[in-house]
Amino acid sequence: MAKKFMKGNDSIIVGALSAGCRAYYGYPITPASEIAHAAALHFPALGGTFIQAESEVAAINMCYGTAGMGIRVMTASSSPGVSLKQEGLSYAAGAELPLVIVNINRGGPGLGNIAPEQSDYFQATKGGGHGSYRLIVLAPNSAQEMCDLTMLAFDLADRYRNPAMVLADGFIGQMMEAVDVPQAKPVPYDHSSWCVRGDEATRRNVVSSIVLDPHHLEAHNLKLRDKYAACARDEVRCEEYRTEDADLIVVAYGIVSRIVYSTVDEARERGLKVGLLRPITLWPFPSARLAELAVGRAKAFLSVELNTGQMVEDVRLAVFGKRPVHFYGRCGGVVPGGDEIVAEYARLLKGGGHESH
Amino acid sequence: MKVTEKSRAFYDVFERKGGPAKQATHYCPGCGHGNIHKMIAEALSDLGVAGRTVLVSPVGCSVFAYYYFDVGNYQAAHGRAPAVATGVKRANPEAIVISYQGDGDLAAIGTAETIHAANRGENISVFFVNNAIYGMTGGQMAPTTLIQQKTTTSPLGRMETVHGNPIRMCELLATLPAPSYIERVAIGEAKHTQKARKAIHKALRNQMEGRGYSFVEILAPCPTGWKMEPPDARAWMLTEMTKVFPLGVFKDEGDVREGQWHRQTAPFDPERVSQYLGASDRQDKAAGEAVKLAADLNCKFAGFGGQGILSLGLFLAQVGMRAGLQVSWIPSYGPEMRGGTANCQVNVSAKRIGTPIVERPNVLVVMNQPSLDAFAGSVVDGGLLIVDTSIVQKAVGHTKARLVKLPATEMADEVGSPRVANVVVLGALCAAVGAFPPALVEQTLREVIKKRNLVDMNLQAFHKGHAWVTEGRGA
Repeated sequence: MAKKFMKGNDSIIVGALSAGCRAYYGYPITPASEIAHAAALHFPALGGTFIQAESEVAAINMCYGTAGMGIRVMTASSSPGVSLKQEGLSYAAGAELPLVIVNINRGGPGLGNIAPEQSDYFQATKGGGHGSYRLIVLAPNSAQEMCDLTMLAFDLADRYRNPAMVLADGFIGQMMEAVDVPQAKPVPYDHSSWCVRGDEATRRNVVSSIVLDPHHLEAHNLKLRDKYAACARDEVRCEEYRTEDADLIVVAYGIVSRIVYSTVDEARERGLKVGLLRPITLWPFPSARLAELAVGRAKAFLSVELNTGQMVEDVRLAVFGKRPVHFYGRCGGVVPGGDEIVAEYARLLKGGGHESH
Repeated sequence: MKVTEKSRAFYDVFERKGGPAKQATHYCPGCGHGNIHKMIAEALSDLGVAGRTVLVSPVGCSVFAYYYFDVGNYQAAHGRAPAVATGVKRANPEAIVISYQGDGDLAAIGTAETIHAANRGENISVFFVNNAIYGMTGGQMAPTTLIQQKTTTSPLGRMETVHGNPIRMCELLATLPAPSYIERVAIGEAKHTQKARKAIHKALRNQMEGRGYSFVEILAPCPTGWKMEPPDARAWMLTEMTKVFPLGVFKDEGDVREGQWHRQTAPFDPERVSQYLGASDRQDKAAGEAVKLAADLNCKFAGFGGQGILSLGLFLAQVGMRAGLQVSWIPSYGPEMRGGTANCQVNVSAKRIGTPIVERPNVLVVMNQPSLDAFAGSVVDGGLLIVDTSIVQKAVGHTKARLVKLPATEMADEVGSPRVANVVVLGALCAAVGAFPPALVEQTLREVIKKRNLVDMNLQAFHKGHAWVTEGRGA
């Protein structure tokens, strides 16, 4: 059997184990709990560690402990839990620790509800914790990508010594699809120059985010800035469908990108020339590609999101006033149907829509 | 403080500290941290474990412990040292892991981490320096500040009715079953220091021997924070603090076996992981040719919870996957979840599947009346509508769909259990769609039904539903 039929949430653990992740620390929360269930079953079975931590804060700090050993580690949660982890993410970014965090975005703000939203885009891509840092943010839109992008997240985390986030929604987590389980390969990174393993070789290393001297901290921040610039230059990933001759370029990720994908052909049959650009990396954002499209034949852009308008700001920055950028969103767990999205295309392309609403 | 005795776990020159005085610590005169650092370093040397020690320093005055200790060092967020130490220890159980914390760190902002690391019996050594005040941030009230003690945030003195009482961590932790060793000591006169030294030794030896969680609270003076001269501070500590924080052993589990709390971890073994997860061998991908579908299947299955609606969708999706097609399955989610009915949506296609959400099904299965009422109108013209007439009693109104009616629940009862009504429906569906060879469905059911003794009943149910349609009885 080449493929296995599984939930997106389970697929994350398949990807993590295949990537060599050896420890999972987490706290239960709907709709991310299946990830912890799968971890509790499979990590110990493979000689790894699973701890149900006393809090989200403890879980991310356990990750800090294991990541500093140069060992692949992860945690997963959903929006309110991820808010609690922001302290740990800031410290990990400051200490330059590679770790992976999964956020199955649910409805907010506050306790909100357990239905899917994309309302954590700002938190994920703009910081979330304190200080000048970035998370590498990957946005899967299938069960296969839940596995593949989790593996990529570990790789990028190691390559840039920075936390990486897999940002998904409840639909992608709950959906079952066929997954090609990849062959696990050895981890090709040697962290002995900086990690602390509790051995002679790493005895003189320090895992720390404190840099007391202002000039030293400035230098540290500039080093991080340069690292993020390199990441932004080299790691942008996006996927396009029929953008080459599109009048309207629709930008969407996660479950929304699946819905939009389904509308493209149908819309074109109705004379609405639309195309889809799906960011796979939300940070770094495919700004350069959007800027390129903004001076091409596209007449306008539309960001479709499960929130009240977040990613649209990055689309606007990339398009930089060269074309109108519109927004269409549903939130609270309400997911737009294909029909209402196509109606929006029609309104924008035929009726001259306002800048946003 | 000037370091004169040399331990191999202590740097001679504190290069990380920077500044001109690289042989002096950053601690104030009369502070307890320097002495305690030295005792820990000596114990690490004596025990010969400095080379495999990881010290986690907290936020507070000892935030810079890594300036001094010649061991692997971590600096943790405020209060999180026990969680960080847990992550270190679990990753390498051979490492000797120390969580060094002050009173604000351990007993205020990190109370949860402290209690739970203790309760898990983490095989670590926690050294808790209690000086009843926040030093680093400017002499504020600590959770261990004494009643009537003046601080910058209790300027009139700590009051029980306003601030609560000082927390006794040893006593609190001693109520937990897991910790092996809990003692409170002080660095005052020689006899106290001797006891403190022994306690530190014991806590580390316990860890080396896998005897679990050890906690040593060390009362220490803070002349700066207390606004006292060092000798006065030391005297106040020994007379006043020990009244609230009595010295002594609170727990010493003599019967803890050597190695009892040692936890094993295995390194990453890619081959073992691949085998365990059933990773695909790239060669075996060349399965037979995909089954040809006349059209994509966009299915919705709806009924009561307990009718096997979700499983019906899973079965079909897995048949589709084995037929070499793209499939997606999604349970009812979001607003549709309400109302006590279960539904799921399945797509089967030769092409890449866009949205997994089925708004306008071309296959709708309804196994109760509310589902028929809710979804019958959504079926595309010429689509397939399958109704379980055992449950849906009212006649189906006008529809442009192709209607297949069958008393699935009764038919299931005839083969052994109404619970396989979903598989009767699967049989009818496969026959009506005409795409999937019965042998493929049989093989799928054999593979996916976990209870082996139920396989035959399911196969019978499938064939019964299949025959119902092929014999033309469903119209």
